Amino acid sequence: MGDRFLKRYSYTVIANDFMLAGKGASSIKSNLKSLGINASIIRKTAIISYEAEINIAIHSYGGKIHCDIYENKIVIICEDIGPGISDVDMAFTEGFSTATERVRELGFGAGMGLPNIKKYSDRLEIKTDSSGTKITVTVCL
Amino acid sequence: MKVIEVADILKAEILTDRVNENLEVKYGFASDLMSDVLAYANNDSMLITGLNNPQVIRTAEMLDISTVVFVRGKRPGKEIIEMAKENSLTILVTKYTMFKTCGLLVLNGMKGIELNG
Repeated sequence: MGDRFLKRYSYTVIANDFMLAGKGASSIKSNLKSLGINASIIRKTAIISYEAEINIAIHSYGGKIHCDIYENKIVIICEDIGPGISDVDMAFTEGFSTATERVRELGFGAGMGLPNIKKYSDRLEIKTDSSGTKITVTVCL
Repeated sequence: MKVIEVADILKAEILTDRVNENLEVKYGFASDLMSDVLAYANNDSMLITGLNNPQVIRTAEMLDISTVVFVRGKRPGKEIIEMAKENSLTILVTKYTMFKTCGLLVLNGMKGIELNG
């Protein structure tokens, strides 16, 4: 299988909207299902998109998630507007979190977001500065 | 263990109308931390939680979890029940605490999942 680009699904994530958060990942999941993609790949992609969506809602001023489908891989691109991650190594440490009490009450902010994204990905790139963060995650088919 | 047996053991009310008596759940996974559920639970697990918000249903949806038990009498609202129905999830609510819920299920043969490493 080659790496021909097939399709892009995109959605917007609104900062601090925890009622809506997860809707984007949910629609990605049903779109992937309709493409007949393998269930375990769908699960990985859904979890990555969901954690990324929650992260953007918690930590940024809003952003976008794109899910690009290729013949041989799925690439999830998560882009947000500021303030960036001040210590990337710490952000990948299980249990480390800068989330507020409000976020913890929702069951998140346990410091597992980025570690989970990494766990389910085959490749992960992260670029972050004070203007925002871009995380590119690849799941091989 | 069948969902209907779980309901019986926990004296739980089933809030969704999609009761499939043959639906089997292999493992129990109890947590109020949805990120931990996403990290460790599998689709054969039944989610047991005291957290009551839409993200519980989203989390179950992402993992293809079929059944969620709300403990300590935390009865989810209409919106959450509707979300569950849309995702073909079965929702139960029990008055028992998380500890008692897990204890009773283990006594009746339900297993926990093994974490790797």
